[in-house]
Amino acid sequence: MNTWIVLCATVSLILMTTVGQPRAGVASDATEIIQQSQAAFFEAGQDLKARIKMTLTTREGQQRLRELTMLRKNFPAGEQKYFLFFHRPADVSGTAFMVYKYPNREDDRWLFLPALNLVQRVAARDSRSSFVGSDFSYEDISGRDLEADTHRVLRNEALGSRQTVVLESVPTREADYARKLTWIDESTYLPLKEEHYDLQGALYKVFTADEIQDVQGLPTITKRTMTNVKTGHKTEVVFESVAYNVGLGNDIFTERTLRRPPEQWLK
Amino acid sequence: MFRRVIFLASVALWVHSACLMSHASGVSAENLSIHGFLQANYDMRITGQQPPNPQGGDLLFGEERFQLRLGYSKEKVRLFTRTDLFYDHVANRPGVESREAYAEGSVGSSDLRAGRQILIWGVGDYLFINDIFAKDWGAFFSGRPVEYLRVPQNAVKLDMGTPGLSAEIVAIPFFQEDKLPPRSSFVQFDPFSGVARTTQQPAMEFQNTEVAARVYGTTWGFDTALYLYRGFFRMPALQPNQVTTPTLVTETFPRLAVYGASTRGNTLGGVVSAEVGYYDSLNDQAGHNPAIPNSSFRYLVGYQRQPWEDFTVGLQYYGELMSHYDAYRATLPAGFPTQDQHRQLMTIRLTQLFWHQTLRVGLFAFYSPTDQDYYLIPEIRYSISDNLWMSATGNIFGGRRPTTFFGQLDANDNLAVTMRYEF
Repeated sequence: MNTWIVLCATVSLILMTTVGQPRAGVASDATEIIQQSQAAFFEAGQDLKARIKMTLTTREGQQRLRELTMLRKNFPAGEQKYFLFFHRPADVSGTAFMVYKYPNREDDRWLFLPALNLVQRVAARDSRSSFVGSDFSYEDISGRDLEADTHRVLRNEALGSRQTVVLESVPTREADYARKLTWIDESTYLPLKEEHYDLQGALYKVFTADEIQDVQGLPTITKRTMTNVKTGHKTEVVFESVAYNVGLGNDIFTERTLRRPPEQWLK
Repeated sequence: MFRRVIFLASVALWVHSACLMSHASGVSAENLSIHGFLQANYDMRITGQQPPNPQGGDLLFGEERFQLRLGYSKEKVRLFTRTDLFYDHVANRPGVESREAYAEGSVGSSDLRAGRQILIWGVGDYLFINDIFAKDWGAFFSGRPVEYLRVPQNAVKLDMGTPGLSAEIVAIPFFQEDKLPPRSSFVQFDPFSGVARTTQQPAMEFQNTEVAARVYGTTWGFDTALYLYRGFFRMPALQPNQVTTPTLVTETFPRLAVYGASTRGNTLGGVVSAEVGYYDSLNDQAGHNPAIPNSSFRYLVGYQRQPWEDFTVGLQYYGELMSHYDAYRATLPAGFPTQDQHRQLMTIRLTQLFWHQTLRVGLFAFYSPTDQDYYLIPEIRYSISDNLWMSATGNIFGGRRPTTFFGQLDANDNLAVTMRYEF
């Protein structure tokens, strides 16, 4: 009898501790999950070309538009290079922006201003800098170092029709949040939702993946929104004409190309 | 008045038709691009002090301007023009200015650009060492949009590159001097006040073609460049016909060669930059001719960082070390202001963005501890919509002596307002 009680108690204990844990086949280690998520979200393919439309909307409904082409190429050891070319609005048309992104060290950034024919080096802090005035920070656009947070699996839950793992990230380095929750799709590893909390523990920014499409076999978030729930300001980003593995050459990511943008890739 | 109305009406009509054309035919989508702006820009002196002549009113600058940028590109060929039409309220007449007009062709990894173009290089922020291309200081001191600091030059530029190393070679057959603030409207120091002047530009001859070259690349995250220039000083050197009681002063442009280098990259939590150059005064290397600038070594170091979101601070220190200073002192005519052997200048740039980067509040300040003069440029700029912005810019000069670069402009403090509609 005692044996049965011990056995039942043990089984119950095991069941209790496994409820809420990731299922078989899903990475259970938080760092591994966030790593896979970053790979799916920011590093898919060898390279990427996309036309991006950003709509910035104030609480009052006033809208501003940004339209740009993004060229991104992956390099060994986790390095990436980005070339961004702005088509709209008119006063920044022709502006080009280049980023060399390195794991665990500050990015190199260049800005080309066509009216001045000038290439500038840009000093900016990733975590707190808004990308072109939007609600996305540079890190929201191009990823954050894995080591810059401690990650913890909180639970599994369904988000709409998708099964997700909910991760909590607490920064160990400078960040624009004190705590972040991420709902990561168990099958695609794409982040479907994020909640950013401030130092007072209040929710202030919410990310949602609004549309996911299969592009050349790679699940891709083609529409996403970041909402600042405190100010009511939001930014919707739509990726159009996404193409992976288009064969971007290394010569695109140079100061010289900033001055003379690669037109064949910008149409 | 009637002419002004006609001019503005025709500009408005042109904007309208250009927009219609681009929409109707969809030409901007593929090979042809049409952009431009309509701008109003006025600048008033706020000191009440005026130069003693009929043109010396308080309106330092005032105009409505229309710019049309037309670009065409197909495969390896690109054509580009940037043309301004304006109505000048100081001179009371309309004008046309070609800011850029060039053809460009590519062969392999080389580009050749020929025609009128804006040339610029170096790492300084409003401080120029190896950037020896023409500047319009009158436009800069009048609070005009900063692109008008650049004077377009008619040149041929060859640009060659590999992913690791690139080079530019520029040949400029037509000499273009720096544009200084006009004496008719700016109160400024003149060592030959009241003496007739004439200008003697370098003749358009093959041996007077200016050549500028730059080799550049990025190594270990640092953009590094070597520069070479052979041409002329762009600021006039004043040559009196006689030293004691001159009756004629000739503005000349002595020969100059510049050898330099620059680097900039991320370090110390920001961007650090450094640039050096040796100005070799080819017509007076020994420094004995007081009418020709002496050779000098010039340097600058800069540091820029973002201490908090949307706030950037930039600092620079600049110096000019004159060669053969003893010869300069020995030959300088009596009564002329003396330059320091080591002129130094520091700058600070503060920029804060607000409201999702639609409002920019900034200050740029020059201060020279050796000349003991300063120049402050406060600015506020607001983007009313994606197409429309307005700005107010101050230009405040001062110094201990009325003979230094900024000190002489003390009476010209001014306030400029600009509104621009971009399309």
